[in-house]
Amino acid sequence: MSAYLIADAISVTYANGVEALRRFTLEVKRGEFVAVVGPSGCGKSTLLRALAGLIVPSAGQVRLDGHPVTQPSHQVGMLFQEPALLPWRTVEKNIGLPFELGNNASRLPPGDATWLRRRIADLIQLVGLSGFERAYPRELSGGMAQRAALARALVTEPPILLLDEPFGALDALTRETLTAALEGIWRASHTTGVLVTHSIPEAVFLADRIVVSTPRPGQVSGVVEVPLPRPRAWEMERLPEFVEAMQTARSLLRAACCATTTAETGRDVTARAA
Amino acid sequence: MSAISQASKLRSGAQASSGAQGKHNAGPRWRIWAMRMGPAALFMLFVAAWHLASLRYPPFILPGPAPVAGRFLAELFSGALLYHTGATLSEALPGLLIGALAAFLLGYPIAKSRLADRLLSPFIVASQGIPFIAIAPLLLIWFGPGAAAKIFLCAIVVFFPIAVNIIAGIRSIKPLLRDLFRSMSATHWETFVKLELPAALPMSLTGLRIGATLSMIGAITAEFLGTDRGLGFLINQGRGLYDTELVLVGITATVITALCIYGTVRLAEQWLTGYHR
Repeated sequence: MSAYLIADAISVTYANGVEALRRFTLEVKRGEFVAVVGPSGCGKSTLLRALAGLIVPSAGQVRLDGHPVTQPSHQVGMLFQEPALLPWRTVEKNIGLPFELGNNASRLPPGDATWLRRRIADLIQLVGLSGFERAYPRELSGGMAQRAALARALVTEPPILLLDEPFGALDALTRETLTAALEGIWRASHTTGVLVTHSIPEAVFLADRIVVSTPRPGQVSGVVEVPLPRPRAWEMERLPEFVEAMQTARSLLRAACCATTTAETGRDVTARAA
Repeated sequence: MSAISQASKLRSGAQASSGAQGKHNAGPRWRIWAMRMGPAALFMLFVAAWHLASLRYPPFILPGPAPVAGRFLAELFSGALLYHTGATLSEALPGLLIGALAAFLLGYPIAKSRLADRLLSPFIVASQGIPFIAIAPLLLIWFGPGAAAKIFLCAIVVFFPIAVNIIAGIRSIKPLLRDLFRSMSATHWETFVKLELPAALPMSLTGLRIGATLSMIGAITAEFLGTDRGLGFLINQGRGLYDTELVLVGITATVITALCIYGTVRLAEQWLTGYHR
């Protein structure tokens, strides 16, 4: 099967001169879950924003199912580092928001508010927020708010789900619980997933494939396959496959960091290495 | 009181500890009493002090609370007070609305565009430096003794605090929320209606609340300078006749009216932005 979502050698340089990505290539197959791991500030968020069409790369191209991506589309659901819920809307109204924007309203099956209501109710159950339909965001814990945001990202049944360090702001325990929940929800939603994170265990737990990125400007440093079966559980952490994937990813990450450090220390060091 | 009960009512939906919550908020007995009766007690204290002070001066300098209250009721039942209050309100309220509208029309582009900010902000801040008592005569010269000049002055007075709050409200919207709307292909209009308006509403209403009381001051100030009706006219008339009672009745009516407008906006605020508490 050929790749579904492609970042074809994209480079992104911001107006202030910061080069966030350099010729970054990522190919994601339909139904696959890919994690991009890299040190803080390696342009991971930039990559995701480019995949979502929020920014257009200065070179290279993002393609979705063969078509170039130049602006945000309904094909993509996005989960950010923070829940980004609207405080004046209840949980269910927040989840329904995507259908009120863009041309999404016209994408509702003919005639149905009932359909939407059921869809929202199903999602609330799927993400484990039953009983909080009418709650306002300030009444939710950080983890619950992120669950609501996940439901909102999935409500239009987008073929692609982009996750930008979605659990980075949560405590370790909530994070593990939500990672496991996300794996189940992702399987149930039949989407193609791209996760950006700096947590290697999280990447191994969720992904079929891990792409390791160098520090800024982000470039692909290596790819790790994760041959673990699904559904996944944290008990798998002790399996040799899990441990091996973790170690490979970690050494790739370390190598990537060191290489850049050397390159930046000065020309003579590079010259000697060459 | 109402805010507390509302909050605990909402919270009890999520947590089952509303009982303990209420007990904690109550505090010692004297505090409950002070919360409930405090404002009334302070008011009584003020009236008593006023009464004692009035004993030392002739009535045309400082009439006591009892004669002022009596005069207040007399003016109320004669219909004069309502007539003048209505006249002032018919200047203050349109002024408030026009000022708020202008504040929105100028504040929104300033909040959104750096160019508009650069172009307009200096003038808006400078306009705040003009003492509005000084431009009141000018407005009377231009617009004549009718309601127009007074409405205009009210609008000028309320404009600044409302504009500042609208600008701050729109600027407080997190970039992440804008990204979210963009990622969901929201149009400009949808972003305005579903994100910017509701997000800026709490602060805008705070501005409107401040503007509400200011609009009364604007109207009264303009009435001082030339008119034949309104609470400002009443106060001015009392001053001319050395009818100090009437001056105090006018002031009292002004304060009560301002409190009513303030309270109305406050209620609207609680109703519209109850999700915050």
